[in-house]
Amino acid sequence: MDSALIPKGVKRCPLWQFLLFTGAVGIVLLWGVYAMLLCWFKGLNQTNMNDYYGFALWIWADLAVIAVGGGAFFTGLLRYIFGKDALKNIINYAVLIGFICYSSALLILAIDIGQPLRGWFIFWHANVHSMLTEVAFCLSAYFGVLTIEYIPLILENRQIDKVPFFHHLGHNMHEIMAVFAATGAFLSFFHQGSLGGVAGVLYGRPFAFREGIFIWPWTFFLYTWSAAACGPCFTILVTKITEKVVRKKLVKDNAIELLAKISGWMLLTYTMAKTYDTWYWFTVTAPSKGFALMDFYSNNPLYGIWMLVVEIGICGLIPAVILITDKGRKNSMTLWIAVILAVIGVCLNRWVMVLQVMAVPVMTFDQWVLYIPSWQEVATTILPLAYGIILIAISYRYLPVFPNEPELNPIEPLNEEETAVESPVELEQELKPAEA
Amino acid sequence: MKHNKAQKFGMVIDLDKCTGCGSCMVACMSENNVPFRKDESDKFLSITWMRVYRLTNGKPFPNTDICYLPRPCMQCAGQHEGHSPCVSVCPAIATDYSTETGIVSQIYTRCFGCRYCMASCPYHARYFNWWDPIWPDGMEKYLSPNVSPRMRGVVEKCSFCFHRYQLAKEKAFMEGRRNIEENEYQTACTQACPAGAVTFGDLNNPDHAVYNLVKPDHKHSGRPTNPHAFRLLERLGTNPKVYYLSSRKWVRQVGDNYLKNEAKVKKPVHHG
Repeated sequence: MDSALIPKGVKRCPLWQFLLFTGAVGIVLLWGVYAMLLCWFKGLNQTNMNDYYGFALWIWADLAVIAVGGGAFFTGLLRYIFGKDALKNIINYAVLIGFICYSSALLILAIDIGQPLRGWFIFWHANVHSMLTEVAFCLSAYFGVLTIEYIPLILENRQIDKVPFFHHLGHNMHEIMAVFAATGAFLSFFHQGSLGGVAGVLYGRPFAFREGIFIWPWTFFLYTWSAAACGPCFTILVTKITEKVVRKKLVKDNAIELLAKISGWMLLTYTMAKTYDTWYWFTVTAPSKGFALMDFYSNNPLYGIWMLVVEIGICGLIPAVILITDKGRKNSMTLWIAVILAVIGVCLNRWVMVLQVMAVPVMTFDQWVLYIPSWQEVATTILPLAYGIILIAISYRYLPVFPNEPELNPIEPLNEEETAVESPVELEQELKPAEA
Repeated sequence: MKHNKAQKFGMVIDLDKCTGCGSCMVACMSENNVPFRKDESDKFLSITWMRVYRLTNGKPFPNTDICYLPRPCMQCAGQHEGHSPCVSVCPAIATDYSTETGIVSQIYTRCFGCRYCMASCPYHARYFNWWDPIWPDGMEKYLSPNVSPRMRGVVEKCSFCFHRYQLAKEKAFMEGRRNIEENEYQTACTQACPAGAVTFGDLNNPDHAVYNLVKPDHKHSGRPTNPHAFRLLERLGTNPKVYYLSSRKWVRQVGDNYLKNEAKVKKPVHHG
């Protein structure tokens, strides 16, 4: 039924199956939308946040999706600026994942503020000293860049591409994509960094506070570094999950392995930097404020020291070692383990730097605070996930996201009667028509 | 025309005098139109610009000692004046530091409720309006006309009764004076304290009581030179303008965090 929209040379599931899948995910999406509307119309009293936990699940989700969305800028940087040509086979998907992550982050921010209609104040009344201002500007600008990077892919849809204007527009946008990739990398450096700065500048919160260079605390650099390291791991992870779901190989191994290798080295160096930062923090910074390491961790399992061990050791060092070794990257199982651990690690880092910061008492007579999100918070956090799955499903079905797909998955030629209806132009391209 | 000398309004609370009666809290809520709900049992959701903590020295009877610690906004100046933890992070300049008065303001109509300032404040002196304020029938007639009630979704905090400062300045202006007297600008909590534990005034003015109580060393971020005076979390460098007095060592040590080898007092206990 929708075969005219499906890229040539690839096979897609029947429309009813596609609609059933997106419909099921759509129900989850609607649940999230309902919770979002509750928050907008009734206010943030719908959440379980309180005056101790002013930052909670959403801010974590925001930081986490931006971190894992870092695959877009870093892959773009490698592909267009450093000329890693093999990555052309995964760059489309990296951009799409980045687009989903960043649009989700903006949506979450719009829900998270107490006066959503005043959201524009952050631009209009900008405080240039605030890290959050930098986040807002760079995030919005980079989302614009991602949109520009995503548009050529949309224009490659079979039907849209038939319009000469869109065909040429898409072609010309491809030609200058390096400029956008460079802009994206520049903006990402600053917004990933300033997100790190959001926690690092809190000198009233010794758990988060870090020293640094000029106005930038060390977390500024660590956040950019970790996003560049773990973002591509998330791209690989989502690619692998997509391959499992559609039961096809979509990206050639050389692209995955190259990205994994670079990620591995980034992760290893990041882990070393993070270890040094942690050591300096608990031997110099925190003691100068009167805090010992264990003052920041409690007996409560949610706030235990195990988090530090898991974050740096299990989710930092182990995946880094797997990814930098040839065998580790080439073995499917270890690659899966490495990318999952890396993604968990970066999400855990963001979790700690948001939630634990709020929980640790600073005044001597204060107390540890526990927070459990309300269903509205959970639903609105799952909302971007559902939205992401739907956008991926639609993009995968109707856009040539994976350039390697026709080559890796040659489809059976159709019978003569069906091929006869195809236009001569399409036959010249030696591509098999798509099946609905 | 000669400029006025910058003032630095501050508060000194004598913890040896405080009985924990809560008059300061009540006066503050009443003066500043602080909203409340039917059920205020969840203190993490209660808005208390002035909050009284009950502390004990953690020792068993008969050595138990109690101290009540009222905690308004500390009006931090930061390491260089104006770099308060909250002011420096607010993305929309909805909170600002006045170098004229030393008071940290909160502009309710500018705040869009990101709560970054709350995350930055180690004293938990900032509160979010999770609900729209709803006053019991008829009570809206008793609201102070000098303080705007806040809407849902914005942050609020103690302002050192800044409207009183404005009224005092207006009065002085009408009388042809440039400066206000010490007794012309006093916060509601100061006036309400039956024990006289709260003193308020200009920390820059040697004629004011607050100055003489703590003798701030302005060359060192206003650190008190009175050995019985201390500020909360001095080591963080927030440079607060609220000082506490106590003759008891354990109370003074409660004010800050110390490593094990620095202080050997038992950790104090907080009771609500």
